[in-house]
Amino acid sequence: MSRILLRRMQDNQSGKIVTIKVGGEMGRRIRDMGLVPGTPIKIQGRAPLYDPVALRVRGFTLTLRNSEADYIEVEVD
Amino acid sequence: MKNGNTIALAGNPNSGKTTLFNRLTGARQHVGNYPGVTVEKKEGTYRRNGIKLHIVDLPGTYSLTAYSVEEVVARDFLVNEKPAVVVNIVDASNLERNLYLTTQFLELGIPVCIALNMMDVAKGRGLNIDTVKLSELMGVPVVPTIARSGKGNIDLMTVAADLASHADTIQPLKISYGADIDGALQEIEARIVAHDFLTDTYPMRWLALKYLEQDRQILEKGRRVNPELARSLEAIVEKVAAHLDETLDTYPEAVIADHRYGYISAIMKQGVLKRQYDTDRLHTSDQVDRVLTNRFLGPIIMAGVILGLYHFTFTYSELPVTWLETFFDWLGNTTAALLPDGLLQSLLVSGIIDGVGGVLGFVPLIMFMFFGIALLEDSGYLARVAFMLDRVFRIFGLHGSSVMAFIVSGGIAGGCAVPGVMATRTLKSRRERLATLLTVPFMNCGAKLPVLALLIGIFFAEQKAMLMFLFTIIAWLGALVVAKLLRVTVIRGHSTPFVMELPPYRLPTFKGLAIHTWERTWQYIKKAGTVILGISIILWAMMTFPRLSDTQLNAFERQRTAILQTAPAPVAAQLAAADEDAALTPAAQALKERLARIDGQQAETALRHSIAGRMGTAIETITRFAGFDWRTNIALIGGFAAKEVVVSTLGTAYSLGEIDPEGGESLADTLAAAPHWNPLVALSLIIFVMFYSPCFVSVACIAREAGSWKWGAFAILFNTILAFSLSVGIFQFGKTFGILNGV
Ligand SMILES: Nc1nc2c(ncn2[C@@H]2O[C@H](COP(=O)(O)OP(=O)(O)O)[C@@H](O)[C@H]2O)c(=O)[nH]1
Repeated sequence: MSRILLRRMQDNQSGKIVTIKVGGEMGRRIRDMGLVPGTPIKIQGRAPLYDPVALRVRGFTLTLRNSEADYIEVEVD
Repeated sequence: MKNGNTIALAGNPNSGKTTLFNRLTGARQHVGNYPGVTVEKKEGTYRRNGIKLHIVDLPGTYSLTAYSVEEVVARDFLVNEKPAVVVNIVDASNLERNLYLTTQFLELGIPVCIALNMMDVAKGRGLNIDTVKLSELMGVPVVPTIARSGKGNIDLMTVAADLASHADTIQPLKISYGADIDGALQEIEARIVAHDFLTDTYPMRWLALKYLEQDRQILEKGRRVNPELARSLEAIVEKVAAHLDETLDTYPEAVIADHRYGYISAIMKQGVLKRQYDTDRLHTSDQVDRVLTNRFLGPIIMAGVILGLYHFTFTYSELPVTWLETFFDWLGNTTAALLPDGLLQSLLVSGIIDGVGGVLGFVPLIMFMFFGIALLEDSGYLARVAFMLDRVFRIFGLHGSSVMAFIVSGGIAGGCAVPGVMATRTLKSRRERLATLLTVPFMNCGAKLPVLALLIGIFFAEQKAMLMFLFTIIAWLGALVVAKLLRVTVIRGHSTPFVMELPPYRLPTFKGLAIHTWERTWQYIKKAGTVILGISIILWAMMTFPRLSDTQLNAFERQRTAILQTAPAPVAAQLAAADEDAALTPAAQALKERLARIDGQQAETALRHSIAGRMGTAIETITRFAGFDWRTNIALIGGFAAKEVVVSTLGTAYSLGEIDPEGGESLADTLAAAPHWNPLVALSLIIFVMFYSPCFVSVACIAREAGSWKWGAFAILFNTILAFSLSVGIFQFGKTFGILNGV
């Protein structure tokens, strides 16, 4: 078990969100899409230029820019 | 007061809302705008089994905050118009996230009926949903539907109508948000009740929640209505926020969202949702994505798809476009033949038929383009394009989805900015969208191509292909750099978070595509009938009035008579007797050409005499710095109607009479021989035509899509100034260093 930033996660790696350190509009959008602490996620893949990142959460696919993923801390196995 | 039989359709994007709306209302719909914003408002009527309901389609949203226009619009509609029932479309294959919006409707205390859509997809994924249990736990009716096939629609409307008739007893949902927040909520609620603060519009607990969420709209309203109370409420929020920050390193908004999701998870766990397979199992859609967004294959396939769309649109629309052009030509000629020569004829033919016809002539092209985009959008591929290209476009302050608009506008040379500007609707982020729609007109659209082709053909004949490519690159560079410039100045601001759903791939239905295409095309046609008609007439008048005096006209007439008199009588007689296309003897042909030259000179004089001509002449002192004389200036003024008009107006200004924009061989010879023209002037003019004011149809669309004429005016002024600066720079540089100016 270790905590890393979402940006550092490998393709196909799974984990559980620990904290989301951003408020305002960005924090809002992230949470509206179902990313809250405790949510299991899995990295689905990255765009050809390694950014944005696609992840599977609550049964659907969500994309985030790396700069946004930096606010999200994940606990991985 | 509830609003009688009005039903609001609400739900997440991609939940099947549009499909359901179309199913329910059929052809009985009306598309408009919500007051003051560019969000589309669709309304329709459902009529069946003695039930008649007025249905309003709310914009698709994930939440009800005040961050996006769509959310504010949806929320304002619910609280101000008070629809009898909200039919909340919930994607059954994506239940948890969709219910997040549902909880917010319930907290608003409005009657909700859930349409549990995409039941077929959920089943295919091995999700078993106990709808009875869901209904029980959420306290609202739940009707399973498959919007695509229409299954469940009748049930849904029966339940909704039933709910509408006795929905006065609805209590807002109360979720517990943990001790800290609940305590603050109670404190705020008590004060709201004591002061009757905004309670005529909003339920008090909801208001209190919005205070804790720091909702912009509500905070502002509160400060206006009762500044003193508002301050005390904000103080309570600050206190709890400070406490949460200290103890848990979080803030109220986050805690509230956590608990809403917690509430939903709890419901799921009580037997509502059972999974047959492992959650991480790859859906078919994910397997497709492995290929389509693959690091190497993805971009190649994307280039292929975009080229394919392009090819499809411009190849298949060619024939109908030609038909329409032929029709308008015929209409113009017939009108010209029926009416006597004169002002009325000129107004109808050159002003109205040419102007409106030129715009309507694009309709097939626009239809094909929209069809292609709808195909990409409905299938889910457009979201992947945005995903793959976002990194590149972000550098310039744009969004991955911007690419479509650029390509449609002529990013590969030969599109049209009008559908391009309209294609920016797929962009959800406001600033990025504005920057995109202001810069797409820089692409080399189909109407600029004749101008470019003419000038390149004359002055740079050897490097034709290379230069066309170069100008395409310059257009892209210009557009991206300007976009960046706008994003750090007039449209400054953080980029909107990219957080975007990649919807599963779906096979689009033909009906859905057809409706999509037609709606957008119809808006374009309506535009042509109004704004464009007016501007066509104005431009026509500018190039017609004031007219030559009788003395001047007589002078030309005398010249013609003189030529005819000096010609041998048999030749003149032959010319007079011959039809327009009849073969002539060389002598008669020569006579005809001499007469035509006089006609040409008369047209040139008349044009120079007109308002546009005078303007062209007046600004010559300035435009000289870019190498443009009065003739070029008039042509550029005409080009505001449509860029291809630049060529035909140049023809008139050089006394060549009518020439069609594609041909123009005589014009090419004239320009090549004219002492004033050289490659440098041509280059300067090409750059100017590429970058100056968009044609008026595009301007009208920009104004419409950006939501204000201010942006239309901005596009005219800013682009023209930019283009002029570039041209002056090029011309002066070339002149100083003797590059390209042929000396
Ligand atoms: N399989 C299936 N597809 C559906 C259903 N409802 C809608 N769709 C498809 O889902 C896609 C998105 O639907 P649309 O109505 O555009 O969603 P909106 O964004 O909520 O308006 C379209 O391709 C529809 O054909 C359904 O019940 N089952």
